[in-house]
Order: sequence, then structure tokens, then C-alpha cells
Amino acid sequence: MIEFSSARELSAALLGAGYLPDDHIAQVSFLAMRLDKPVLAEGPAGVGKTELAKALATVTDRRLIRLQCYEGLDEAKALYEWDYRKQLLRIQAEDEGGWNAIADDIFSEGFLLERPLLSAIRAQDPVVLLIDEVDRVEIETEALLLEILSDFQVTIPELGTIEASSQPLVVLTSNNTRELSDALKRRCLFLHIDYPTPERERDILMTQVPGLSQSLASGIASAVATIREAALRKPPSVAESIDWARTLLVLGVGEVDERVTAETLAVLLKYQTDIDKVAASLAT
Amino acid sequence: MIDLLTSFTRELRAAGVPVSTVEAIDASESLDFVDLTDRESLRSALSSTMVKHIEHLPAFDRAFDVFFSLQTPVEAEEPQPEVDAPAAAVDPGELSLEELRGLLAEAVISGDVDAIRRLARAAVLAFGGIEAGRPVGGVYYLYRVMRRLEADTMFEDVDADATPLEQADQARARQNRIDLLRSYVEEEIRRMLVADRGPEAVAATIRKQAIEDIDLGHASRADLVRLQHTIRPLTRRLAARLAQRRRARNPGRLDVRRTVRSSMSAGGIPIDPAFKRRHITKPDVVMLCDVSGSVSTFAFFTMQLMYAMRSQFARVRVFAFIDGVDEITDYFAPGVDFAEAAGRVMREADVVAVDGHSDYGRVFSEFEEQFGEAVTPRTTLIITGDARSNYRNPHEERFAELAERARTSWWLNPEMSRFWNTGDSVMARYQDLCDGVFEVRTLRQLESFVEKVSLG
Repeated sequence: MIEFSSARELSAALLGAGYLPDDHIAQVSFLAMRLDKPVLAEGPAGVGKTELAKALATVTDRRLIRLQCYEGLDEAKALYEWDYRKQLLRIQAEDEGGWNAIADDIFSEGFLLERPLLSAIRAQDPVVLLIDEVDRVEIETEALLLEILSDFQVTIPELGTIEASSQPLVVLTSNNTRELSDALKRRCLFLHIDYPTPERERDILMTQVPGLSQSLASGIASAVATIREAALRKPPSVAESIDWARTLLVLGVGEVDERVTAETLAVLLKYQTDIDKVAASLAT
Repeated sequence: MIDLLTSFTRELRAAGVPVSTVEAIDASESLDFVDLTDRESLRSALSSTMVKHIEHLPAFDRAFDVFFSLQTPVEAEEPQPEVDAPAAAVDPGELSLEELRGLLAEAVISGDVDAIRRLARAAVLAFGGIEAGRPVGGVYYLYRVMRRLEADTMFEDVDADATPLEQADQARARQNRIDLLRSYVEEEIRRMLVADRGPEAVAATIRKQAIEDIDLGHASRADLVRLQHTIRPLTRRLAARLAQRRRARNPGRLDVRRTVRSSMSAGGIPIDPAFKRRHITKPDVVMLCDVSGSVSTFAFFTMQLMYAMRSQFARVRVFAFIDGVDEITDYFAPGVDFAEAAGRVMREADVVAVDGHSDYGRVFSEFEEQFGEAVTPRTTLIITGDARSNYRNPHEERFAELAERARTSWWLNPEMSRFWNTGDSVMARYQDLCDGVFEVRTLRQLESFVEKVSLG
């Protein structure tokens, strides 16, 4: 595990890992490590929230454990579950010990199925725990996370409280499709990640797409910035501008102009109405 | 520093940012890991610990600028130079307006922060006309300085012959420069105001209403644009919440077949019971919106919200009226620009029958004749308007027929309830005929109403 002494140092390390943070992202990530607090990264889809967690794992040399959230996620899939099939087998198997021995036995660790949250807590090596798209779980399920986020521990009624052997670095991401509960937010550092400035986007493109010239990258970045200004159903994300850059590179395009943009809009935009709208504004 | 942080916390709370005690403690702890000479990293630390909602960030930034702009730490070390005689190679106080503009433009283009700051201070001193002790927030001073500098013409205009992409690029660069200049001028003004009256007083004067609490009827153009941007995230949140509430209310009945099937893997013990999804009945909505001048903004906002929530309803039909009534459902096909469609409604729909003054009585009669079949016993009828019928016959008996036939009927009035039934408002005549009348003036009220309707 690697420690950082300043936000600037962390920022340089992240850059080395292929993630280009702005000062705010670097500062908040640094604080999260120092204050041992989870980071809640919120912002539009495709601005690199998940990538941040991955990059943090790389630079701190920690293992990444990921919990992808979805509607209907529950304790059994997020935290732990008793392996009841195995328990049934154990009960049915011949045994001299009698009922008491069995009852003690089937609620021991051998019958416990670890899910991401518990494995992050029990991991011997330091880990980064990524709880992705936390806004997708029901508000009741959110409560599951509270104990972990504030005390880094899990309570299993039959076994007692399990504390983290090493403090995990926790990153939660949210697309803000619903308001998260205040209890959850209070426990986290809030990091709002928005679309990057054209300058930063240019640099991101150049780190992500090898072989891209600086002039083409800045052409792409400013064209994307212009397109984002229009009122679209789904503005192009950074992920999509990277796709676009790759496309232009494959096509052997040297310069971004109206014709090229109009022909390749489908890479950047995902709705026909958006494509029509932008195409109309490009036509002189 | 702790004192400053405490009063900063107090200001944030006053500005509507709920900062809990735990969060204030986190903020003070974070100071140990921040380079205090770097204002932006201080801003990052405080915003990430104290602000947990995107909507609260602008309020935080305003307060932060006031509280932590008085002295940049560098200046705190050297004695603060007299504001009217800044140490500089060129004494900006001696410059003419033309020279000052030229130098400022140059400094902004080259990005020379020290020079911009120095020149902006000179400009503020020369043109701001700041009066000590006056309890203002500085917006007026900013306006004065920017107008004298003619900031709009300071930088090269967009090349008319360029292609659309180049033009957009140039326009953005130009706007960035103007914004940069404005931010420095603003900072200088703020610095002087804070020096004059202290951060608490200045912050209190620039405090703004939260976007959800702005009165839609009296919103400025800039506020309307901001409101537009909040609609989509708002509907997404609302839809998610509704789905949740519906599920919570309808656990459904036991699905025996699936329960037995899944019990097989546990040796026939039904460990994990399965439930049938219950069919959800969605309301069928008919909206009747007054689009006359005084309440049209509100009407279109309500329509927009209902349209965005379309998936939550079986059907939405919308009618607009002033003294005539016309169906406008088809004006808002999916993907159509809403502002444009609203403009088309005003131009093309037959909403004016006589003189263009609201006439509720006439409208209800006409609606019954032309579109009466739209309202059925399954309909949720929503009327938006201020019930100001210009002293004409309100014909409440016609409205009663409609309201009785509909499953439920709601009336949204964008006027403050204490103005109802004053002047030509005939709200009381209709009030008892509806299932409910609501004062809806802000986005927050509108949101809670839509939630209520969607749950049926």
C-alpha cells in the first residue's frame, strides 16, 4: 500500500495510472484517504466516476472489490448469505454430535457465503471497495451500507461483529437518478464530477487514445463542448468522445470539420432526435 | 480559523444548505490536510465535507467567495497595499479608460492573473463608485463597472465567415474571457465590500432563494433557464420514487407455482417465497390550462412536467384556453423542443375566441361541447389557472358537470392563496366542486402535486 503526502503527489500518481484528475478530484480523493471517509462521486453518466475508483486502486496498489448495484439488490447479494443447501446437507448427514453440535456447526464460517461488502471488510490485504451506481438500490437497502461506511464493520447476528482488518478505501458512484438519503450522504465526502473543460478533455483524449495528435484532440474536445451546449436528451459523455476520437483516428481524419462531424455523429449521440438537431445546426 | 468556519457554517445554514454538526466537524478536520495558502484546495475540502447536494453548490460558492476572499494568504504576509495606490509597474490609477481597457484585454488574453487583479481593482475604484456602509450585494457595482468597460466589445467578435463549429469555438473563447474578467471584477468588489462591512453582512445580502422555491410567475429569464435544466433530473427522481412507492404499497399475492419450484433446491422447504406482480392502474390525465399572459409560464411548466412524467400515466391529453379552448396534445411529440412547441401553441392554437381575456365560464361550456368525450369516469382532470374570469359569468354549473363525471378533479392555482377571491378571481365558485384546490407557485409544490396525482 502506498501513502501520499499531498494532493499534488496523488494527482501525479493518478496521471501515471492513465487517469487525469482535476485539482478538485485530486484534493477530495486525497482527503478521503487521510480522513478515512468514503467518497460519493456524483455526476452525469460517462465522466469517469468508476474509472476514478479503478485508478485509485492502481495507484495505492490495492485490490479492487466491486459491488454493482441494481434494483432489488438485497442483503444476501451484497453482504453475506448462509449457504443453506450446504447446511441442509450437513443436517442430513450422519453425525454423532447431536443437535447442539450441529446447530453450532452450521452457523460457522464454513457455511458463510461472502458477498462483496463482507469480503471487502474481511480482506487481509488493503482493498478499494467500489459501490457502483448506488442510486439504483431501494432506499431501504441503502441502510445496509451505513454500518460499513461509518465504522467499517459488519454485524452478523450468529457470528457477532466483524471489523475491517485493514481500512478499505470506499468509492460510491451515483448518476443522481434519485436523491440518496441524508444518512448516507452525511457519512461520505461529496465529489461532484462534471464534464471536463475542453482543455482537460483534450488531455484525457490524448492519454486514452494513443496516436492521437494534439491538434485533432483539441478539435474533438471543442466540438464536443459545442455539442454539449445544445439542449440534448443525452449529451455526449467523455466515454463517447473517446469512442469518437478512436473512430476519427481509424478513419484517418486529420481535422474536425462540419462534414466529418455530421457523418460520424452516430458515435457521439444515442438518440435520433439529438442527431437530427445537431446535424441541422452544423449545416450552413 | 475555527471562528471563521463557525460563522461560515452559520451562513451556509441561513442560505438553505443543511450542514450537520458532524459535517462541520469533518470540515474542520479536513483543514489539517489542506494547503491553506491555496484557496481552491480549501474550497474543495470544505465543499466535499459540507455540501452533499449539487443544487447547493452555487449557494456554497457564493458564501465561500465572500468568507474566504478578503485576503489571499500571499497578501496577508506583506502589508496590504493601499487599495487606491497598488504597487505596480504601471500605476493603473493614472490610466485613461481606453488604456485600461486595452491593458485589461491583453492581460485576460495572456492569462496574467496578477495584472488582471491589479487592473480590475483600478477599474472598480474608478467606475464602481462604491459607497461605504451601503447594504448592497455588489451586483449593481458589478453592472456599473462592466458597462463602463464595455466588456462586451473588449474582445474580438466572432468571425462571420467561419464555419458553424469555428464560430461556436470562437464564441466560447470570447465568453470565457468575458466571464474571467467579470469574475475578477466581482472578486475585487466583494473584497472591498467585505473589508467595509464584514463577511456575515455581505453574505446575507447576496443570499439567494433555492431554485425549488422561486415563484414561477415572477421568475427572471435567467432563473427560468435554470429551472428548465432542473426539470429532467427532477422527473427522473420523481419517477424512481413513484416506482418505489408503488412497489411498497403492492407487495402482490403469493405466487404458488414459483414458490414451489424454487423450494426444490432447498429440499421442498419454501425458504424464498415468490410473489405475483400486481397490475398497476395508471391514471388517465386530462389537463385544461389557462395560457393567458399572467399564468402562461406556470401552465407550460406544469405541462412540461406532466409530459416528462408521461410514462407514469395511461394517457395525457392537454387543452389550452384563454377565452377559447383547443387541444394541444399533438404539439408536444416526443423529442420536440418544448420552448418551440409552447411558442407554436400561442401562435397556432385556437385559444382566443373573442377578445383574448380569460373567460372561464365560456371555456367550460365550449370544452363540454367540443371535447366533452375526453372526460370519462376514469379521467383525472387537472385545471391550471388563477380563476380570474374578468368579471364574466363563471358558469360553475358547467364545470360541476365536468368535475362530477371525472374520477377526480384538481385545480392548481399559481396565485398566493390570500389573493384568491379578490378582484375578479372567482376561485370560491369552483373550489367546492373540485376534489382539491392547491396553491402551486414553486417547483417544489409542483413536484409534490405530480407525485400525488401519479399515485392515483
